[in-house]
Amino acid sequence: MTGVLDRVRGVQLSGLATVAMLVVAVAVNASLQPNFWDSYALTSNFATFVPLVAIAVGQTIVVLSGGLDLSLGAQVTLASVVAVRIVDGSLDRYPLAVAAALGVGLACGALNGLVVALLRLQPIVATFATSFVYSGLALVVLPTPGGSVPFEVTTAYRDSVLGVPVALLLIVALALLWLVLRRHRVMRHVYAVGGDADAAYASLVPVARTRVWAYVLGGLFAALSALAILANTGSGDPFVGNELTLASVAAVVIGGTALAGGRGGAGGSVIGAIVLALVANIIFFADVPTDYRQLVNGAVIILALALAGIPALQKRRAA
Amino acid sequence: MSAPLLDTPRGRLAAWRPGPVALAGAVAVALVIVGELVSPGFAGYGQLVNLMRVAAFLGVIAIGQTIVIIAGGGGVDLSVGKVATFSAIIGSRVMAGDDANIVPAVALSLLVAAAIGLVNGLGVTLLRIPPFVMTLGMIGVVQGLILAYTGGQAEGRAAPALTSLVNGRVIFDLPGLLFLWLLLGLLAVWLLRRTTFGWNLFAVGANRTAASLTGVRVNRTLILAYVLSATFAGLAGILLLGYTESVFLDLADQYMLPSVAAVVIGGTLLAGGIGGYAGTAVGAIVLTVLQGLLTTLDIGGAWRTVVNGVVLLVLLSLYGRQRRLRS
Repeated sequence: MTGVLDRVRGVQLSGLATVAMLVVAVAVNASLQPNFWDSYALTSNFATFVPLVAIAVGQTIVVLSGGLDLSLGAQVTLASVVAVRIVDGSLDRYPLAVAAALGVGLACGALNGLVVALLRLQPIVATFATSFVYSGLALVVLPTPGGSVPFEVTTAYRDSVLGVPVALLLIVALALLWLVLRRHRVMRHVYAVGGDADAAYASLVPVARTRVWAYVLGGLFAALSALAILANTGSGDPFVGNELTLASVAAVVIGGTALAGGRGGAGGSVIGAIVLALVANIIFFADVPTDYRQLVNGAVIILALALAGIPALQKRRAA
Repeated sequence: MSAPLLDTPRGRLAAWRPGPVALAGAVAVALVIVGELVSPGFAGYGQLVNLMRVAAFLGVIAIGQTIVIIAGGGGVDLSVGKVATFSAIIGSRVMAGDDANIVPAVALSLLVAAAIGLVNGLGVTLLRIPPFVMTLGMIGVVQGLILAYTGGQAEGRAAPALTSLVNGRVIFDLPGLLFLWLLLGLLAVWLLRRTTFGWNLFAVGANRTAASLTGVRVNRTLILAYVLSATFAGLAGILLLGYTESVFLDLADQYMLPSVAAVVIGGTLLAGGIGGYAGTAVGAIVLTVLQGLLTTLDIGGAWRTVVNGVVLLVLLSLYGRQRRLRS
């Protein structure tokens, strides 16, 4: 009984730390960026958030299953270049391109899942190896930046409905998608496998299949992230996803999900991704000298990572 | 397989399985043979020496990675590449191409690297940030330090003495770098096998609670592991500086994940507690020979990357596999 209470309190505390970081980041950003609440600034801010939010949700699912996917960024790249090659500026072919991107994400995720679950390679090195495969293929598909997305798509992405930016609606949609997934049997299995694979196995949870599912879902969200990037930038780039991988892990940790697996959720990661993006924004508007921006950014992120872990720290001390 | 059977020579022979080091070594030899078959001259003496020279940098960086991974608890140091880069940048600027400045340059570089390792270690032990995340965050900080220190433009030059130490031919036409790697490798093996620190490290990696109960100072051992990791990375940066003579802002960044792969291919468990440096050294050679082979094969850069990933998967599945749940 007390164990349950402790756990509830722990979850609330870690959620609290993440939300507090979001509030502080928004407050600081709003005070530094004079037109922060203007609809134009809001729209372009949210437009840049979506790709990281999507990939962070995908990373969360993989991490919850007790894994880690270092190839998610490469999957984003591959899915985006395949889509941009297919669409090639024509709105008619856009549905086909979306389907192709999703297919690429699912296929990459399935390969990762097979390698980790069936070959039983350690996720860190296995997905590092598959990331070579995906980024190499991306270069084969699109050797140099290029291609164009129909302007209807890019315009719609930066539009707003009843004063609410479309990009914000997309973030809400991603969160809803997560809430639906969380109710599904597969996600319950993912939590069980990530928490204790041996116990899950003993309770007849299909461990290997669940792990494959986690990576497949990760790939699906990578594809969504790729579509958001295309809609935001309007053209293809065979290196676009490189920086997203490690940022997605940071977003997951800031969101309070344990890297050991089994504890946490994508809601926190969505906030974590937004906090990460806001930090970069804040440093830009705080007039930090250009040469010191990266240093301040790095230091703030470490601070955020440390803060996200403090509730767990207190719990362990109390025990 | 009962125990008495092992005492007979035949039983011992039957029970023999290639260890990870032998297996990785066999893979390296096989890769060289394949290289010689597809492109005669690949296994030439000069060519092999050249490959070993490239492997040396990865090998030295991977010393620290081995130590941190053996320490267990998800131990890994993702910041080694950036630390090596930063150390080379500091070294180059302080040396400014003058032999008289070598000692202060190397001392400052290693001191800064060790300090970064100390922060990593403190974050992992006192703040209990998972090593993957702590060292990941450290990449950003070190990148920031590099930009703040250089203003976006690396200056200076390696001292001639350092360059001739690294590149100069000593005996059998072998560059000094290979002897330095051998020396550092022996130091690493000695550190892991013959010192109290090494024993404590394996104890901590195998079972942290048990180690703590038997009086091992777990936190001190872990912090020292991260300090050593960063210091060896810094050393690799200095060697790289001697090789390239001038630096650029992402000189050693690409060694980050290959250093982890070299450790795993060499048979050290990512879970900690089991492994050693000999395997890692062979792992570094395997990865470098693979790169050399793919370059020789003259396939386009994009496909080379794909093949690299596939071969890496095959190598990892030889020994990087985890236990079955059903056992």
